[in-house]
Amino acid sequence: MADSKIAVQDNDQPLLLADGLGKSYGRLSACRDVSFALYPGEVLAIVGESGSGKSTLLQLLSAQLSPSAGKVSYRMRDGVMRDLAALGEAERRFLLRTDWGYVHQDPVLGLRMAVSAGANVGERLMAVGWNHYGRIRDTATSWLERVEIDVGRIDDAPRTYSGGMRQRLQIARNLVTEPRLVFMDEPTGGLDVSVQARLLDLMRNLVSELGLAAIVVTHDLAVARLLSHRVMVMKGGRVIETGLTDQVLDDPREPYTQLLVSSILPA
Amino acid sequence: MTAMPMTAMIDISRAEKTFTMHLQGGIELPVVSGVTFQVQPGECVVLSGPSGAGKSSILKMIFGNYRCDGGRIGIRHQGVVVDLAGAEPRQILSVRRATIGYVSQFLRAVPRVATIDVVAEPLISNGTARSEAQERAGQLLRRLNIPERLWALPPSTFSGGEQQRVNIARGFISDLPILLLDEPTASLDAANRAVVVELIEQKKRADVAMVAIVHDDEIRHLIADRIVDVTSFASAA
Repeated sequence: MADSKIAVQDNDQPLLLADGLGKSYGRLSACRDVSFALYPGEVLAIVGESGSGKSTLLQLLSAQLSPSAGKVSYRMRDGVMRDLAALGEAERRFLLRTDWGYVHQDPVLGLRMAVSAGANVGERLMAVGWNHYGRIRDTATSWLERVEIDVGRIDDAPRTYSGGMRQRLQIARNLVTEPRLVFMDEPTGGLDVSVQARLLDLMRNLVSELGLAAIVVTHDLAVARLLSHRVMVMKGGRVIETGLTDQVLDDPREPYTQLLVSSILPA
Repeated sequence: MTAMPMTAMIDISRAEKTFTMHLQGGIELPVVSGVTFQVQPGECVVLSGPSGAGKSSILKMIFGNYRCDGGRIGIRHQGVVVDLAGAEPRQILSVRRATIGYVSQFLRAVPRVATIDVVAEPLISNGTARSEAQERAGQLLRRLNIPERLWALPPSTFSGGEQQRVNIARGFISDLPILLLDEPTASLDAANRAVVVELIEQKKRADVAMVAIVHDDEIRHLIADRIVDVTSFASAA
């Protein structure tokens, strides 16, 4: 509760700041000169085709890659803005295990496939010091319900789950520690269209109910429209257009954005 | 930011919009220019002009959905005037949450979400309790003749007219001080058109400022306090 109060007070201060961010591999520049502010509760979509640099950017923002230029700052729970590169190992671990979530496109990367669904969710709680088995199991159960997984499957390992269920389990595992920021890399990629719709609806509700901030990488403009408030369009490692999601999609300015928007096949 | 009469909810001056079509060799498509008018609380201004004159574009500019290339879109928002033509995305979202509602011609809903929740959502996102929001959503749906057995279904399976009524319910449910209406009665029968006219009357009594596009002469006559002819803003191409 104390946290949510702080979040409300601090709503006018950014949660995450990217400043002149870039990454190059030798002469190859994967992404450059990216600057933006993300506010609490705000959902930002990063769109662009394969190779546009959006996944590299997501890795830079989530401290999985270190930048060649610029920096990322994050407002820690004590309200202090910190440069991610200057964090100690313990602080970084705290972010990754508690204050952040990371939803991979492939749930196999975000789950432990051989342990039960309940343990997958409970593990994040144990990592932050929960040790009461009953409470952990109750919390895991309620999260499975929230992501619409039959509680009767709690003791099954996710390798027995369908793709859509795995993705929902990955979301539960990430959200159980009440993060303030969730990174999502093509969260609906590789799922059937009907499964995608259900997942999108679920994510949209969770994000708004929990007041989460999120950065969602997607090549699917429909996903960006449904989930995000704001969108950044990337091409060749640069952000070429940015704005309110419906503004960018309904009134695209840049040639490349116009091409992207006009390339959507009508259903 | 303060030079507008204290009463106007919307004060647009010399707003303009041009589309540059990069995929068609960069041709410039001037839509409107010199758009200037005001809307007072409790007033319904109807935009008139032939199709293609830029009526919908003007509504979208007022909603911050289309960007302006010049001029000013002054919106009275929580006691201060915000110029939407130069506002940050965060400001535009805040204006939409608390000040401007938009009833588009077509419903764009998330698949799978029940009709009652589609309608209740604007209230819930403004902090109204879910049960109260659903109660008010139900009242509006009933008034717009959507049978209760359909409320739990997603509107994507509904007929065009039913979808439009769901959309109207969603647009009218909030107590926002500005409403933009893009052909709210287009595919409705006479009985439901009359309900929409009533809803608009009710909003006027609540001092809501409205800008509407309506092609039906009879409806226009019933709801318009003033008509603004958009042809005068047509860009000299």
